[in-house]
Amino acid sequence: MNYALMIAGMAAVTIAIRAAIFVLGDRIMFPPLVRQALDFVPVTVLTAIVVPMAVAPHGQGLELTWRNPQLMAAIVAVAVCALTRHQLLTIVTAMLVFFGWQFGVLG
Amino acid sequence: MAEQTSLSSLAAGARDTLPMMVGAVPLAIIFGALVAAGPMALWHGQLMSAAVFAGSSQFIALGLVAGHAGLLVIWLTTFIVNLRHMLYAANLLPKVAHLPARWRWLLAVLLTDETFAVMTGFYHRHPQAPLGHWYFLGSALGMYVNWNLWTLVGLLFGATVPGLDKLGLDFAMVATFIAIVVPLLVSLPRLAAALAAGGLAYLWRDLPYNLGLLAAVLAGVVVGMALSRYRARGGAAQEDAA
Repeated sequence: MNYALMIAGMAAVTIAIRAAIFVLGDRIMFPPLVRQALDFVPVTVLTAIVVPMAVAPHGQGLELTWRNPQLMAAIVAVAVCALTRHQLLTIVTAMLVFFGWQFGVLG
Repeated sequence: MAEQTSLSSLAAGARDTLPMMVGAVPLAIIFGALVAAGPMALWHGQLMSAAVFAGSSQFIALGLVAGHAGLLVIWLTTFIVNLRHMLYAANLLPKVAHLPARWRWLLAVLLTDETFAVMTGFYHRHPQAPLGHWYFLGSALGMYVNWNLWTLVGLLFGATVPGLDKLGLDFAMVATFIAIVVPLLVSLPRLAAALAAGGLAYLWRDLPYNLGLLAAVLAGVVVGMALSRYRARGGAAQEDAA
């Protein structure tokens, strides 16, 4: 296979997807229904990426147990963020809980 | 607060993306190591990180190469796997529509999950930010340089760093995404949309080509829309009765 050609095609496809809407700029106006739908994109996409990583970190079955450091630290992150609304505090606390759980609690 | 300049906005964007740059390190190294162990030349791996710059589709392409898939299959798969970026662009468009074309091209080409997440948080905190595009560029360039640098490390030394995937550094991405999403969950429709998308993404995680993620997002959006409309109608009916 011609790998350079393969990569060039992948790059062209990806750039087309990413740039199609941005390059239209002011010339594109979404109808209200579409704008309302797009408003839900951040919360749905980011949650959809995170949930499988937290509840099934090994890509196998559900790991809804206290022995799952990803899940424990994710729960702490949600709680800290809901209570404080502080982004950096949330991230730092979650990482500390994650590594503490992984290497301290579970050893 | 200090005067905002284009340079300080650029630096702030990169700084706020730092946790996710750390999270991407093991992925980039593993990608480089996989290329080095496979049939492709080392420079192909670097070219892919430089020109495609989309982690999940890069990994999937390696798998397809190993499975002797044809060019068209690889390109079509890339299209489907990266289709979510179009949703990101549509969501962010109102914030960049006023920029010159070269800016819009630059930001579009460098748009990733991580930078979309960071920009979502940024625009939530600063709805009016005249230098937002510099912050955007800082986040995107940070991810780009980081991804390419660690790809190179993986290509050259990846085989000598075993157990990298066991460290769980990718949890930095989970923590950051949570810190961005939770403050956005201010209404019942948004909360329901997020819960539906999260649950369905887990249930459908084994569907090929990231289709489960895409379907879960669409389902979540439909749930959110339906709830908003139901509430709007309920509110109107109550006003009629009053």
